[in-house]
Amino acid sequence: MISIINARKQFSKLQVLDDVSIEFQRGECVALIGPNGCGKTTLIKSILGMVIPDSGEIHFQGKAVLNDETYRKQIGYMPQIGRYPQNMTIGQVIEMICDIRKPNQPLDEELLFEFDLRKLYHKKMSTLSGGTTQKVSATLAFLFNPDVLILDEPTAGLDPISAEILKAKIIREKSNGKLIIITSHILSELDDLITALIYMQDGKILFHKTMETIRQESGEQRISKALAQILQKQALR
Amino acid sequence: MNRIIKFILLDIVKNKVVLLYTILLAAFSWSAFGLEDNSTKGVLTLLNIILLTVPLVAILFATIYIYNSAEFIELLLGQPIKRSKIWCALFLSLCFSLLFAFLIGAGIPILIYAPNDVGLMMLILGSFITVIFVSIAFLSAIATRDKAKGIGISMMLWLYFALLFDGLILFLTFQFSEYPIEKMMIGVSMLSPIDMARIMILLKLDVSAMMGYTGAVFKEFFGTVLGTIVSIAILFLWMWIPFFWSLFKFKHKDL
Repeated sequence: MISIINARKQFSKLQVLDDVSIEFQRGECVALIGPNGCGKTTLIKSILGMVIPDSGEIHFQGKAVLNDETYRKQIGYMPQIGRYPQNMTIGQVIEMICDIRKPNQPLDEELLFEFDLRKLYHKKMSTLSGGTTQKVSATLAFLFNPDVLILDEPTAGLDPISAEILKAKIIREKSNGKLIIITSHILSELDDLITALIYMQDGKILFHKTMETIRQESGEQRISKALAQILQKQALR
Repeated sequence: MNRIIKFILLDIVKNKVVLLYTILLAAFSWSAFGLEDNSTKGVLTLLNIILLTVPLVAILFATIYIYNSAEFIELLLGQPIKRSKIWCALFLSLCFSLLFAFLIGAGIPILIYAPNDVGLMMLILGSFITVIFVSIAFLSAIATRDKAKGIGISMMLWLYFALLFDGLILFLTFQFSEYPIEKMMIGVSMLSPIDMARIMILLKLDVSAMMGYTGAVFKEFFGTVLGTIVSIAILFLWMWIPFFWSLFKFKHKDL
């Protein structure tokens, strides 16, 4: 569904993406993990066309994403740090995005109700806490029933109950056959979500494996332990 | 794109700076015409006020507004909208609101007190200056991520166009007064839209006699149809080049 072919990106002297090639298929739920500053967010942003790679190509359903914006209709993006116009209220932001996207199918307002955001509709974005801003981001990402969900550290800053609501929602969407790409540092919460795992380091992809192979190879059920084992093996090699 | 323009315009209206600018322009214009007994003097007074305030407000307000829209731009970039549309919508709504303020604030008194070709010229050139300086603001806002730096660049550019350029011209004329540089001065004056606007209006006011031989050369050029067409074309270039340059940069920017 999404293919990244030999993407390279350099920020001044730092090589953030170093010849990255990945294929994402429909129905997958892929976790993108790796140390801070390894290029996860840059990779995500280049899929969204917010960062333009120096070389290499990104295709969405076979079409190059550069100079074409319509593909973003099928993507719901939840940024790591949602930045919103400070003098708009939650209601206005949601209304505006609806107005701009002109959805032709009914909205998916599950999260809107579960997070109880309607009560806060009149609140200005500048007065919101980090967690509430995250809730707005999550709601916007799921609102238009997109085929692809790109979630950049979705649960960071959310309280445990809200994090569970979001996780349940992700699992529901996964069973609807959507492609979900998640980055996270909390491996334990990925355990019952993901079908494949990509580990990035210094702008390179260290490995890209399905959870089945990871579990078989390591003999561990939990991602954190399996990952530790794989990384140890790679270090020994 | 109309929807985006609608949202930005609503936001600018809420901002109230443009409203204040309208009131300020109106106060200047009404008092300039009210204090002078003939409309030509009023136009001259107003000309100097307009050539200082209009570019200043246009470039500063636009630069600050673009920086403050960073979040808005970021939010829209994740949506299925072309980058160029976001940038153009921002440009059009800023131009539209500042033009509206200019035409209401200064336009009404000008049309009442000086309903002739000079008044009309003032309105047209004031509108040009507004758009040109919004366009320059876009270029300086895209040049750097740092808000303070960007506003600094805008201030310096305004200072250069509104004040320093005049001094530079004066300096050149004095230094090379022994040489026939009058024709060259026409070319040099085109390097600043504010100076061009000033010369074009002064020539219409028939006070060019005070500018001596240079005035006569200017009149010979700017007074003709060809000269008018060329100068309008140059003003269009001043409008489009900075904006298109910034648009090109915005399309290739990482956000």
